[in-house]
Amino acid sequence: MNDMILAVENLRKTYGGVTAVDGITFAVQAGEIVGLLGPNGAGKTTTIDMILGIVEPSGGMIRVFGQDFRTHRAVILARVNFAAVYAHLPGNTTVRQNLFIFGLLYGVSHLRERIAALLKEFNLEKLARTKTGLLSSGEQSRVHLAKALLNEPKLLLMDEPTASIDPSDSEIIREKIKTYAKQNRAAVLWTSHDMYEIESVCDRVLFISHGKIVLEGDPRELPALYGKKNLEELFIAVAREPLSLHVSV
Amino acid sequence: MTNIKHIFAIFWRQMLLMRGNAFRPLNLFYFSALELFLWGVLTVYLDRTTGTGFHFVSLVLGAVILSSFMSRVVFGISASFLEDVWTRNFINLFSSPLSLHEYILGFVVVSIVESSVSLVFMAVLAQILLSYHILSFGLLLVPFAAVLFVFGLAMGIFTTAVVMRFGPSAEMVVWSIPPLLAPFSAVFYPLSALPFTLQKIAYFIPATHVFEGMRGVVLTGSLDWQSLAVGFALAVLYCIIAYWFLYRSYKSVLRRGTFARFATE
Repeated sequence: MNDMILAVENLRKTYGGVTAVDGITFAVQAGEIVGLLGPNGAGKTTTIDMILGIVEPSGGMIRVFGQDFRTHRAVILARVNFAAVYAHLPGNTTVRQNLFIFGLLYGVSHLRERIAALLKEFNLEKLARTKTGLLSSGEQSRVHLAKALLNEPKLLLMDEPTASIDPSDSEIIREKIKTYAKQNRAAVLWTSHDMYEIESVCDRVLFISHGKIVLEGDPRELPALYGKKNLEELFIAVAREPLSLHVSV
Repeated sequence: MTNIKHIFAIFWRQMLLMRGNAFRPLNLFYFSALELFLWGVLTVYLDRTTGTGFHFVSLVLGAVILSSFMSRVVFGISASFLEDVWTRNFINLFSSPLSLHEYILGFVVVSIVESSVSLVFMAVLAQILLSYHILSFGLLLVPFAAVLFVFGLAMGIFTTAVVMRFGPSAEMVVWSIPPLLAPFSAVFYPLSALPFTLQKIAYFIPATHVFEGMRGVVLTGSLDWQSLAVGFALAVLYCIIAYWFLYRSYKSVLRRGTFARFATE
């Protein structure tokens, strides 16, 4: 139980009459990378946003490091971080300035040294004084990742971190995160539409459809278990006929 | 719990923005100087031509300077907030340990710095160009500025709450509140010049009590402390109401999940 980083119980989110997340329950252990898969609108981002505290759940419970998110928000978020394709850092401040501001917000100790180390690790030293909005997609993704690792989070949420960047930069990001999770025993929740990426990174995947978890397991074993050639074929089946697939288990 | 580092981060971000673009600091001075020059020339002209011995310069310029000071307080909060609207930065900020009150306190510090710089600039400019000495009010400037500062905070927080609740399309509220309040605050004329019904409305605006007080000091040499106290109490009350509204707006945004799609609101 000490290895449990994130525990989500019966989590629900409704917008008016529309149910975005419908009572999902799952957990992520220390050092584990869990993929959250599903078609657009399945509820992946809403789930991540609820864990980040920027969307209020309609019901259920989120526990991080064994603490209730509702009552320990600031303490929990100091040890959580994220990178998402839709959450750009302000473009009108430089890379170093952005890292400095967020370092203050996350209470990073020895901030200047930490920023210097991250700039070096993500090959951003020459871009440190460049306004973030002037960077290419790949460079911005590296900056987002540097920001995501600033506070050495024990829970890292990655919402399509490699979307719209080239295979080379994607590979770098995947390797960095895998290494980080193993070395720091950090839990990672990762969404992507790239099934190759999911197979190469994730220890376990959760398929979400219509706000519910319909499948769960090892991404390298699941396709065969459901009579599919690969993870992509399984994804398409889940996206198109989730209920029939669920029943056939 | 309040974390000073979080407040400093929000304040420092604004200072970095100021440092990174020459037009941003210019904003602090440009409109203030323009307003001062316009009203200064007009009142000097009126002083000279009417020959009544009525001190237009003394009566109007002090109010112009303090009115501009209040506008800077409002924009110190609301325009800083708009930076996060324009850069779509809410997800990054509110998924960090930053709390709503720390975020606003950061903007309050921005307001203190920006409005103080603007006030000193206008006071010096008025002295050099128009030989007007706002320091002739002496220590009375402190309660005048205090009421306007607290009321400015209330308006800044209120307009921030409106944009947070209704989205970027409500941005015009930020820019329109100070000019909208000016006619009712009796900045340029006494309260008695307003129609009777509007006088009743004006009474509930804290700035009115300041500008009436300033006129009282110039014309009679005495200050109605009771009226100023009413102004201060109203300003504090509005500040509390504005923060309550902001908190409700924040909770509404979390419930509706609109931080993630704020630009579409």
